[in-house]
Amino acid sequence: MKTLCRYTRRMSAFLRRHYVGSRLMNFAVHAAAAVTVLVLGFLVAYIVVRGVPNLKPSLFALQYTSDNQSMLPAIINTCTMTFISLLLAVPFGVGAAIDLTEYARRGSRLTRLVQMTTQTLSGIPSIVYGLFGMLMFNNALQLGYSMLSGALTLAIMILPLIMRTTQEALSAVPDMYREGSFGLGAGKLRTVFFVVLPSAMPGILSGVILAIGRIVGETAALMYTSGTVAKVAGLMDSGTMLALHMYKQASEGLYLNEAYATSVVLLVLVLLINLLSAKTAKLMMKGRG
Amino acid sequence: MNSSNAFEVRGMNLHYGSFHALKNIHLDIPKNQITALIGPSGCGKSTFLRSLNRMNDLVEGCRIDGDIRMDGEDIYGKIDVNHLRKRVGMVFQKPNPFPMSIYDNVAYGPRTHGVKNKPQLDALVEKSLKDAAIWDEVKDRLKKSALGLSGGQQQRLCIARALAAQPEVILMDEPTSALDPISTSHIEELALTLKDQYTIIIVTHNMQQAARISDRTVFFLLGEVIESGETEQIFSSPRDKRTEDYITGRFG
Ligand SMILES: Nc1ncnc2c1ncn2[C@@H]1O[C@H](COP(=O)(O)OP(=O)(O)O)[C@@H](O)[C@H]1O
Ligand SMILES: [Mg+2]
Repeated sequence: MKTLCRYTRRMSAFLRRHYVGSRLMNFAVHAAAAVTVLVLGFLVAYIVVRGVPNLKPSLFALQYTSDNQSMLPAIINTCTMTFISLLLAVPFGVGAAIDLTEYARRGSRLTRLVQMTTQTLSGIPSIVYGLFGMLMFNNALQLGYSMLSGALTLAIMILPLIMRTTQEALSAVPDMYREGSFGLGAGKLRTVFFVVLPSAMPGILSGVILAIGRIVGETAALMYTSGTVAKVAGLMDSGTMLALHMYKQASEGLYLNEAYATSVVLLVLVLLINLLSAKTAKLMMKGRG
Repeated sequence: MNSSNAFEVRGMNLHYGSFHALKNIHLDIPKNQITALIGPSGCGKSTFLRSLNRMNDLVEGCRIDGDIRMDGEDIYGKIDVNHLRKRVGMVFQKPNPFPMSIYDNVAYGPRTHGVKNKPQLDALVEKSLKDAAIWDEVKDRLKKSALGLSGGQQQRLCIARALAAQPEVILMDEPTSALDPISTSHIEELALTLKDQYTIIIVTHNMQQAARISDRTVFFLLGEVIESGETEQIFSSPRDKRTEDYITGRFG
């Protein structure tokens, strides 16, 4: 008790002495926050101001020609690509994460190896994935420039992300839920699928949404895999995505206005995804908590 | 094996790695009675309780030898662990309802064990909630999340959830230590009404609680059973000096 008192007294003396310092610190933190918001606000405002006046109905025609620069095919392809990539990556990513957190022994050599691999993989620049995808899927597997090649490449790219977020979500589920389930005579499988996984769902979902964000904004990994053809593409056709479409418009220098218009749509799309994810997470929490 | 015993434990030893947590335990747990496990923190009460439904299997490095029989059957032999845990239900120290609806919580056990028929499930849920003395408080909100209940209600829900699996034995590990006095007395009354149908083994830190509700008391100290017998006898004329010191509050 005495030691505690002494400790408290010393602590408050310290705080008094450093009062000015802490005020300064406080200010710095607020300033940093303000700068962040300002930069972001400026960015959005700039894109909106430059882009919105260029949003013409012709930009949403089903057919792209070099005259009307329609982005509708790119929008549709973006949706297709997101869907296929997730379809490929989510089952594997979530499955692997379940295996590692719920089945493999904690801290075993295998888990550590996979941990290290996923960490390394998530640090690799996406152009490397693009080149790998081109060599592997386009050439070796002879898929050519196609949505499938692109989706496979993206799936590999987002796999570590999905695995990591799922693992984190699963580890955050309190052990007392698992014990409660085992205590009622439920087996491992039932416990994982009916108790652990539903509890971890908001976390898993937020990982999937992060992944969607990466897919929608991806260019480098797709340039050499799914290609840049501005047409509504089937699985085996080459088709461009929104971000890549915009990159092409801007880099050619001829369609800068259209590029800004495209970026407005891209921005809105990303915002929508975020909004949707927040809503979904909230809805899921409401069903439980 | 005496058929009036739910459990018979003979020469049981338990190690956590190199730590000898339970030492040469011999104990009979009679059916349809409340057995209280008392003793200072860390003496192995929870460990003993959790070895009766093999929850210690989940702990890495935990090793058990000796003989634990339930109705004459070696529960560490070739048995179905999930079936054992269905027969031996458990209520934990901290209320741990699943993050799902009240109904789904109670239906979890029966569903696990193959009850799919909706009317049958409804009836079982209602009966379990009534037996756990919480039906009146939740009957209008069965589809609401169990996490919205108070701590005391959550614990009674967990008891209902355990009952719904239709166990023979219920293990309770300090079920009232996280609850207020009123919720505590609810649970104590509940335990008394349940003992006609179930064998109850309850770990408690609270001497009065042990004296109030249990038929038999087992006193643990440093991983050993020092004394066990009728609660009356243990509290009025303990045979061992250490038991007397503990129940009169000289240590613990
Ligand atoms: N999972 C575990 N691993 C290692 N030691 C443990 C574990 N659980 C409990 N113990 C040790 O076993 C002893 C008995 O613990 P426990 O059964 O929880 O005691 P009680 O419930 O009587 O307070 C304590 O010394 C505790 O530190
Ligand atoms: Mg304990």
